[in-house]
Amino acid sequence: MDTKFDLIVLGGGPGGYVSAIRAAQLGMKAAVVERENLGGVCLNWGCIPTKALLRSAEINHLLHHLPEYGFAADNIRYDLPAIVKRSRGIAKQLASGVGHLLKKNKVAVFMGQGRLAGAHTLHVDGKDLTAPHIILATGARARQLPGLESDGKLIWSYREAMVPPAMPKSLLVVGSGAIGIEFASFYRNMGAEVTIVEVLDRILQAEDEEIGTFARKSFEKQGMKIITGAKVTQAVKNADSVTATILAGNVNTELTVDRVISAVGIVGNVEDIGIEGTKVQVERSHIVIDGYGRTGEPGVYAIGDVTGAPWLAHKASHEGVVCVEAIANQPDVHPIDVGNIPGCTYSRPQIASVGMTEAKAKAAGHDVRVGRFPFIGNGKAIAMGEPEGMVKVVFDRKTGAMLGAHMIGAEVTEMIQGYAIARTLETTEQELMHTVFPHPTVSETMHEAVLDAYGRAIHF
Amino acid sequence: MATNILMPALSPTMTEGTLARWLKREGDAVKSGDILAEIETDKATMEVEAVDEGVLTRIVVPDGTAGVAVNATIGVLDGDGSEGAAIAAPAVATPAPAAAALHAPSPTAVPAAALATAGNRVFASPLARRLGKLAGIDLASVTGSGPNGRIIRVDIEAFQARPAKPAASLVAAPPAPAPAPATTIGAPHTLVPNSTMRRVIAKRLTESHQSVPTFYVTMDIELDALMELRAKLNARAPKEGGYKLSVNDFVVKACALALRQVPALNASFTEAAIAQYTDVDISVAVSIPDGLITPIVRHADTKGLAAISNEIKDLAARAKAGKLKPEEFQGGGFSLSNLGMFGVQSFTAIINPPQAAILAVGAGTPRPVVRDGQLAIATVMMCTLSVDHRVADGAKGAQWMAAFKALLEDPLGLLI
Repeated sequence: MDTKFDLIVLGGGPGGYVSAIRAAQLGMKAAVVERENLGGVCLNWGCIPTKALLRSAEINHLLHHLPEYGFAADNIRYDLPAIVKRSRGIAKQLASGVGHLLKKNKVAVFMGQGRLAGAHTLHVDGKDLTAPHIILATGARARQLPGLESDGKLIWSYREAMVPPAMPKSLLVVGSGAIGIEFASFYRNMGAEVTIVEVLDRILQAEDEEIGTFARKSFEKQGMKIITGAKVTQAVKNADSVTATILAGNVNTELTVDRVISAVGIVGNVEDIGIEGTKVQVERSHIVIDGYGRTGEPGVYAIGDVTGAPWLAHKASHEGVVCVEAIANQPDVHPIDVGNIPGCTYSRPQIASVGMTEAKAKAAGHDVRVGRFPFIGNGKAIAMGEPEGMVKVVFDRKTGAMLGAHMIGAEVTEMIQGYAIARTLETTEQELMHTVFPHPTVSETMHEAVLDAYGRAIHF
Repeated sequence: MATNILMPALSPTMTEGTLARWLKREGDAVKSGDILAEIETDKATMEVEAVDEGVLTRIVVPDGTAGVAVNATIGVLDGDGSEGAAIAAPAVATPAPAAAALHAPSPTAVPAAALATAGNRVFASPLARRLGKLAGIDLASVTGSGPNGRIIRVDIEAFQARPAKPAASLVAAPPAPAPAPATTIGAPHTLVPNSTMRRVIAKRLTESHQSVPTFYVTMDIELDALMELRAKLNARAPKEGGYKLSVNDFVVKACALALRQVPALNASFTEAAIAQYTDVDISVAVSIPDGLITPIVRHADTKGLAAISNEIKDLAARAKAGKLKPEEFQGGGFSLSNLGMFGVQSFTAIINPPQAAILAVGAGTPRPVVRDGQLAIATVMMCTLSVDHRVADGAKGAQWMAAFKALLEDPLGLLI
């Protein structure tokens, strides 16, 4: 088999395989080296399988609210192994799809652990692959908190949480970022008693504070317990449960739960990939890059989760494309503007945002105009039985630049791209006001929120 | 039956052009072959002929509209004069040109300045426009870094930051006034709208001057033998279908033969390789009312002096009338610019990309020369060759000049 390439990507996740395909499109001979599954965490253990689980949880929720929609049914129950099987099946289908895409684009795939071995060389399973350009796209993994290391049985990381053998009656979720919140939402909607412990003073730290507060109220109404400004100081494993000591304020309380999910952050996969002794710099477990994915070592690039926040598949893919296009000297290649990368949390209600929060905008010195619109003022949301939600937009008062948009409620993850396009095209409030939003759709709330920022909202 | 009159493509690469003016009005009867309108492209004005008979029922794109896409509907011709019903159809069928028409400036209502920018649309994000307006920046003077050169927020910010910095770094001296943006003109002035040609000249020659590393080679050429030969040849010209050779005709022929001898200059630079032209096609700069154009004498190395002379006369006349066909001025491997007739002694010319060289020809004037240690008087013409250094080095330029000089100083070689 050929071992000389124009470009090699280490890691076949959404950053890696997209980079390789883009390189192939640009006429490069590309290879992907993957140690486990094509598609990476995203397809196999992240974005996709959790969306499958959350869909089941949403259906479970609806089944328990049938009378609201004019239905009656008895004996509603679920088949957990079937739900997990569906999720795994979808992950598998998509991962094999990635294999086909790579094949179609004539990208060579090497399954195995790869590591840098000298200039322009990657060592895989006794073979030396060479290329003038090597992209490290090794991703990241869950951070392990001392005392809360996942054991696969009682204390879970995202991997175990995705394939529960049985539905726990009670669950403690440590950490309230997107991953923690999605699992909390899944298990709560499947009927488990869920407690969230967050060390900071509010949940969903990355989101606008108003949205975080809205989310918290909503989750608590669903029956979740949320303890902020708190940490788990001890976790004692019993036969089939865990007794956690939670320190909040100065008070210790004990909580015994069937299972614990640890979702306290992410560390980059920088070990055992051969960067020691190179000029590749690592800071706090992440590889340091410039706007085009270049590391300190000529010919070595890095993209995606291994380069740090935001840890999002779409950020990795786009970063990969920018990196490859810069390598290929394409015209009009620009570094990603982090402010234009939307973030989504697929809980019920969903949360989505792009750009700066109100607090960050103010901290950056902007005189802001803020517009809000509640779903209760939107006909489609009410008709869908989803009146809980809101849209918040933040504009610069002087220039009309849309600094950020924050949404919570049904379908918002599908709508945030509208604001992402607006930000990418650098529209001002004028263009957004002149955009005709279709009626009746939930997206009308996006229009109304903009109008509200200028005191012109119609329906509230 | 109504038919749409479409924007014609004047060359295979043309994507848009300016509808200069309509020669027919709405309601005029049109015969096949009638000239309906004039289309202006980069360098030429072309006529749109009517193919069918009928009545010009509607002008969709008014006079003076720039940036009209090829195949856009510019007007509607009604074949049997049964106006009405059919007229509405084209607008619906081809919404794009209709939209273009909406943006087109109405020539009577819009002042000249606005007309000038209409064909030169500045692409900028709405936020950049807002920021530019707030800061009083003319977007035309800002370089865009967004997709396809679109001006985005950071460009405005960079532009604002730019004048302040160099001023600050000046030594203690009195505060240097921040350089005003190029287009902000304080003195009283009138605005002359840029024609398409002026814009093309501005763009291409700026590009050439900034990106082509050029060196110049100058030589004196004695013309006495040539003048003598020219007088003899012109005296022999038949009265009917004859010729009248100019010095420039000899220069064109000499350029062509010199390029055969030193083909390195008959070339273009590309990143991958140097494209060496097989044919010798000389672009001859012709001054026309609103700019200049370079019609091409193709295969000039194989043509006789009389043929070259008559061809240039025809090309120049049609160039001045704006009637050249695109293939008559697009291409060419080497350019010639002669300002001798204006009494210019010498000048340098800017390379006409993608060509690699251009020759600037001055006037032939009597000058003292030293011959065999004795002062003598000779008719001397100073020529300066501009060469793209990426294509050829100084010695090649000198070699070409020497060949060119030898051909002109011993002009019998030009007759072979």
